[in-house]
Amino acid sequence: MSEDTSYQNIPGTIIFDAEMSRRGYHLNQFCMSLMKAENRDRFRADQRAYLDEWKMTEDQKLGVLARDYNRLLSLGGNVYFLAKIFATDGKSFQSAAATMTGMSQEDYAAMMLSGGRRPDGSNGNKVV
Amino acid sequence: MARITAGVSTSHVPAIGAALDLGKSAEPYWAPVFQGYDFSKRWIAEEKPDVVFLVYNDHASAFSLDLIPTFAIGCGEEFKPADEGFGARPVPVVHGHPELAWHITQSVIQDDFDLTIVNKMDVDHGLTVPLSLMFGQPDAWPCKVIPFAVNVVQYPPPSGARCYALGKAIGKAIRSFDQDLNVQIWGTGGMSHQLQGPRAGLINQEFDNKFLDLLINDPDAAARIPHLDYVREAGSEGIELVMWLIMRGALEANVDLLHRFYHVPASNTAVGHLILKNGG
Repeated sequence: MSEDTSYQNIPGTIIFDAEMSRRGYHLNQFCMSLMKAENRDRFRADQRAYLDEWKMTEDQKLGVLARDYNRLLSLGGNVYFLAKIFATDGKSFQSAAATMTGMSQEDYAAMMLSGGRRPDGSNGNKVV
Repeated sequence: MARITAGVSTSHVPAIGAALDLGKSAEPYWAPVFQGYDFSKRWIAEEKPDVVFLVYNDHASAFSLDLIPTFAIGCGEEFKPADEGFGARPVPVVHGHPELAWHITQSVIQDDFDLTIVNKMDVDHGLTVPLSLMFGQPDAWPCKVIPFAVNVVQYPPPSGARCYALGKAIGKAIRSFDQDLNVQIWGTGGMSHQLQGPRAGLINQEFDNKFLDLLINDPDAAARIPHLDYVREAGSEGIELVMWLIMRGALEANVDLLHRFYHVPASNTAVGHLILKNGG
């Protein structure tokens, strides 16, 4: 029996379903390791060497090194796990979210102050 | 017997906790958020609940992909604030109420809701930010807290209808506990927000306010909102709103609205907050 995947049709949105969870397991568990201060220190000291300790794909490792969060989302990363990376970098959730939209942090913050992205796109921020 | 005197719902945006911890709550950006809780702090100081049953979701803090419980109840003596990647929040340790938590566990499982029992876990901003919003910055939290974690990270999360029915079972369990306790139930998370992908920053004030109306006056209708509607209308993280239905299910059909607050934005998120006196 096939699963209902109607949630995949929402623009600009990846639902963290079974397929994504399986694809991203090692990537997300690497992220979890950054909840420990000593691991954050080791990661900061040599990111590539730290990543090589994990059974991640090369694409996932390159995505982490580039801090390309949309790419990581497409490779099975979940945003609450990826948050450990930008927390390690001392970046806010808002600055990371801005990079995923292709907007500057200033423009993104201004959009939020003006009431956020409207679902109907009436403020010019529709995602198709 | 234990009494459920009130329900509280509130967003649990991590940036709100950071603003408070860093002494920024009076800044122009944050002041309107905290002012929305001025009434709430005065109210709860008079209400003096003995126990708060606090429904929240873990954000990859206590639960990684190794273990993903749909519903997890904290039955331990204490729960430490989690290090979410930048050090633990400087907030007090949360003290549980194991006797009531185990009573609820037994009652609810025997009512066919299969909970996961947790004796040891750290609690993240999902649980500690609501405590900060309601109690400010005390040296110790002024009541016991039973953490109740709901999976809204891994698809599929539990449906609104399931959460609402579970709330009813939790309400029944609390009311049958043989100690004279003033218990509040809190539902946290939401309101509309999307933290990921090109659609990040989504806010839907119409959906949020309609949800608030329904939750107060027609919770049966609120419980029928399907998963897809939350995600499409309130953003991928707006699905957290199903947790408010656990709170509402534990209350009686009629409630008195004591306080309603809505504000955009706090970082990426619409902040919503209700205080409902039980049995209006």
